Amino acid sequence: MIKGITFLAQAFSWLAVVVTLGAIFLFLGFLGVRGLDTLNLALFFGQTSPWEAITAQLPVWHGIWPACVGTVVLVLLSSLLAIPLGLASGIYLAQYAGGSWKKWFSLAVELLAAIPSIVMGLFGFALILFLRKTLAPQANTCLLLSAACLALLVLPYLILMTQTTLEALPGELRLVGLSLGFTPWQNLVQVLLPLAGRGILSGVILAVGRAAEDTAVILLTGVVANAGLPAGILDKYEALPFHIFYLAAEARSEAELSQGFGAALILLILTGALFLGAYYLQSTLSKAWDQKKLVI
Amino acid sequence: MFQVAVIKDIFVERPGGNVALFSMKKSASRGQKLWQGREHRQTLIKGLLLGATIISCGSVLAILGFLCYFAIPIFSQGHLGEIFAWEWRPFQGRFGILPMVAGSLCLAAAAMCLAFPLALGICGFAQGLGPKRLGRPLLGLIHFMTGIPTVIYGFVSVIFLVPLVRGLFTQSSGYSWLTATLTLSLMILPTIVLVIQAQLEQVDARVRLAAAALGFSPAQTLLWVLAPLASRGFWAGAVLGFSRAIGDTIIALMVAGNAAQVPHSFLDSIRTLTAHIALVVATDSTSRAYQSIFASGLILFGLTAAVNLCLRRLQAGASGATRHD
Repeated sequence: MIKGITFLAQAFSWLAVVVTLGAIFLFLGFLGVRGLDTLNLALFFGQTSPWEAITAQLPVWHGIWPACVGTVVLVLLSSLLAIPLGLASGIYLAQYAGGSWKKWFSLAVELLAAIPSIVMGLFGFALILFLRKTLAPQANTCLLLSAACLALLVLPYLILMTQTTLEALPGELRLVGLSLGFTPWQNLVQVLLPLAGRGILSGVILAVGRAAEDTAVILLTGVVANAGLPAGILDKYEALPFHIFYLAAEARSEAELSQGFGAALILLILTGALFLGAYYLQSTLSKAWDQKKLVI
Repeated sequence: MFQVAVIKDIFVERPGGNVALFSMKKSASRGQKLWQGREHRQTLIKGLLLGATIISCGSVLAILGFLCYFAIPIFSQGHLGEIFAWEWRPFQGRFGILPMVAGSLCLAAAAMCLAFPLALGICGFAQGLGPKRLGRPLLGLIHFMTGIPTVIYGFVSVIFLVPLVRGLFTQSSGYSWLTATLTLSLMILPTIVLVIQAQLEQVDARVRLAAAALGFSPAQTLLWVLAPLASRGFWAGAVLGFSRAIGDTIIALMVAGNAAQVPHSFLDSIRTLTAHIALVVATDSTSRAYQSIFASGLILFGLTAAVNLCLRRLQAGASGATRHD
């Protein structure tokens, strides 16, 4: 009886693993096979010469260069907004907040983390509707709005990562610094933050990856299919995930379709690299801690 | 506290041998001044950090506020019955969003039915049912899957899965509940696996030796000891996976077909609340259609918030249980 159940469970677990691995390798394999051939300079720049495209002398028509630049600018802008805010909030929650306030703040962060990305986009869209009605009748969806909404989307990741890494540090560290006369801030900057650095950095990298891949937010807040290079932060722009989304629905020729595969592969490589970086940092976290302990 | 500050000032400001030369009185008054300056700076820093926290946490209220502000006309003008109706025909003045609510629930439930058993199997495999050597690389791959952009699942599904379904079932266009379910379950799988796995590992650390001493094999430990103890982890995984499935936009928008109807078979095209928001913003511009998307947004916000509060209760219960042990 017991053996029978164990055998059935084992058979089922093997089946689950084989089905899942089969599905994932089919997906990625299909993407890899179709995408690898398209990886060349023409994928990025079309018929424009790379130098003229990078220096923005000539517009790129049949390449994903504008979408790549759009995504990079978008991610940089949203990181600029989200990282200071997220780190500061995380530090406050880990070091200063206490009692019922901490409970309420944590609840708010968890709720923020749970909000679907499309609702974040809808918030940005509502903001523009509101601005048009009241302060600025000319307001329109733009790069800055997308960056702000993406910043809200990744903010909870940053806060939680900073908070949990700081709270995971051994309690003695908090006391030793203070007992030697450090002010709480000095203790934080000189002792705790350097030790928590890797964990926080991995949180930042994950947040950047999340901002780079999200499509639903930018769909509602100003991305368009053919904007060229972003002219300013109050203008429309192109982005890599939206470009893939657009080509899946609107590709009119085989060439456009294979461009979609190329773009998808580039995005996968980008987010995959970011993800592996964060994973590596996290896995070295405990080792680094042990070495530092020896030095102290 | 104050003495600590004085001693610190001697050490920090004047390192070296002249500590003993200090007259205690002098240093005390100097230390007091410095300490007051420090106090001011500490308060300032704390204030800044608190400000950032208030902005971060207040954004939740801002989002809820904006959604409510734009959804209010539905309640005040008595359109509630029109929005909560079963027909979506914007050109004939019918703006019911209930088909989309049904679509969201159907798609999420179906994806869960597929992904949850698979996730259980994978967790079991990594935790004792499969060969020990394969467990870690498998979990590494699952971890990597969380980093794959959703739009890529959607893209590959449109090019690969949709024609496949169209070929297998001739009465379908391929853009269907079934296609979206298959794709979506692949996307939510890693979330469920990682949540359950974390719980299993936590329990395992406590009972491994006891179970081994009683003569359980790893597979038996998992089935008769770990699984019953980690039941909260199963619930948490299911709840989180469901909330991810409800919140997904891109896969539903790309492969579910987006016909605003209650599905009768797996081959029917369906539209979710999330896809509805994206479609209306892209195409419609009547004010009633806009009201319907803010109502959808509120429903989504409410659903995911409720799910999260459930999860919070689960975790609170879990930590209570550990204390009891």
